[in-house]
Amino acid sequence: MISREDVEHVARLARLALDGAELERMREQLDGILAYIDTLRGLDTAGVEPTSHAVPLVNVMREDERRPCLSQDDALANAPDRHDAFFRVPRIIED
Amino acid sequence: MLGTTIHELTTAFARGERSPVATAEAYLARIEALDAKVGAYLTVMRDEALAAARDAEARYRAGRPLGPLDGAPIALKDVFCTRGVRTTCGSRILERFVPPYDATMVTRLRTAGAILLGKTNMDEFAMGSSTEHSAFHVTRNPWDLGRVPGGSSGGSAAAVAGGLAAGAFGTDTGGSVRQPAAFCGVVGLKPTYGRVSRYGLIAFASSLDHVAPFALDVVDTARLLGAVAGHDPLDATSVSVPVPDYEAELAGGVKGLRIGVPDEYFGTGLDPEIERAVRAAIDVLRDLGATIERVSLPTTEHGVATYYIVAPAEASSNLARYDGVKYGLRVPGKDLIDMAGRTRAAGFGAEVKRRIMLGTYALSAGYHDAYYGQAQKVRTLVRREFEAAFARVDLLAAPTTPGVAFPHGAKADPLAMYMNDVYTIPASMTGLPAVSVPCGFSAAGLPIGLQLIGRALDEVTLLRAAHAYEQATPWRRRRPDLG
Repeated sequence: MISREDVEHVARLARLALDGAELERMREQLDGILAYIDTLRGLDTAGVEPTSHAVPLVNVMREDERRPCLSQDDALANAPDRHDAFFRVPRIIED
Repeated sequence: MLGTTIHELTTAFARGERSPVATAEAYLARIEALDAKVGAYLTVMRDEALAAARDAEARYRAGRPLGPLDGAPIALKDVFCTRGVRTTCGSRILERFVPPYDATMVTRLRTAGAILLGKTNMDEFAMGSSTEHSAFHVTRNPWDLGRVPGGSSGGSAAAVAGGLAAGAFGTDTGGSVRQPAAFCGVVGLKPTYGRVSRYGLIAFASSLDHVAPFALDVVDTARLLGAVAGHDPLDATSVSVPVPDYEAELAGGVKGLRIGVPDEYFGTGLDPEIERAVRAAIDVLRDLGATIERVSLPTTEHGVATYYIVAPAEASSNLARYDGVKYGLRVPGKDLIDMAGRTRAAGFGAEVKRRIMLGTYALSAGYHDAYYGQAQKVRTLVRREFEAAFARVDLLAAPTTPGVAFPHGAKADPLAMYMNDVYTIPASMTGLPAVSVPCGFSAAGLPIGLQLIGRALDEVTLLRAAHAYEQATPWRRRRPDLG
């Protein structure tokens, strides 16, 4: 069973500022879903290789050449807060 | 417009019997008159559509159409980036996001002359099976406005079913095109993983996301797939395999094809009306010359649990990018972490938060091997079972969904909603191509879908069988009445 502390910890990891009521609802729902998902634990997968992708993939390489790309203005056009050529964020370095 | 296929439209354009501009205007007029009832669209691209239709008309007049989609009015799920046109992914967090570039599939559709009518409603970030998780509004099933169209690509499915677009694209991660296609009585095809570029598709679960078309019939489906399929240097997961002429390969029928019927797709939980319709469809395929045999895919019952680890885990990582810095919503905070937490709490809906939490938990220290690691191994078991089946048969035939379209609000419990995907998830996890084609109606008049699953990259056989079935049955001629 997942505890309230577990849910708060995961919410912090996930950067979700959930309020008390949301945390409690989330705990109940995750508990139900995890109980169902836990049925997988019983399956014997000893010696089975994991499948990480649906088709066999190898590294895809290309020449490191200069190509056209988004202009700085286009790249910044959706920024919630912009200063000149930068995304502006709250101060992260103390004075 | 209702029930008119893309191939009928473009044939009429080429003969000068129809005008691409008048056709685009007719679809836009239907959208204006009827979409308040259906709620298929989030954004209608009226001016862009009419400008593109004028260009198409000029090309037909000059006798030089761009190809088999020139002038075809189609709709796009609001998950595909469209340059200069708002792309929300059904989420408040992207409510004002205007992409600075087109997805590769959008570029290919524009290059083929397709008329983009607009962007369709969806479950937020494609997480859902009913389109009720859109942050903006619900979409109604054209066959019964009190029921869901399925999801997550419900807006695109409803648009095609209701004659509000001649064809459409969605994305299928666990069944998000096949399930709404079944619910809305249209064709929905999930191609092989890697067959279509995902550059410019807003990511949900990267090892499971597929670009997938909806159409009124299999000819149109083949045509839509052909327009977008093929390698893309901008998507490292796209495969470098030549693209067949799917439409030219449709003829030929199913004579001599071996079709497997997996026992596990006809177990408890399957609506008896659906079982009858699907078994009758399999009889039709036998009558057309296919050999039918039983096969077993025993790990099917673990598919939903496996999927609901893999998909949320990948989503929790993909959605980490919505932090209020580069684009999308920002809710101010005292520092970067506080800002991200507030932004995400305000911008994501309940289902998205649930999956981010589930995925973060499944990937967190101490749980990674037990959940994500184990799920990826179970995925291998599922893949091996399909490989064993495809050593004996060319295709698999099964229901697309365990039930017909359900009323809005009927599946408020997240797990009940997830169980909807039980028959579509295995082809998602294995990347195998699969199509849902209409195979009848319930007593209440709701559509039922037959699912065919093929070998990797063998969309040709898949579409050929779907086409043979469709030609032998009357279902595609029945259309909903929206007034």
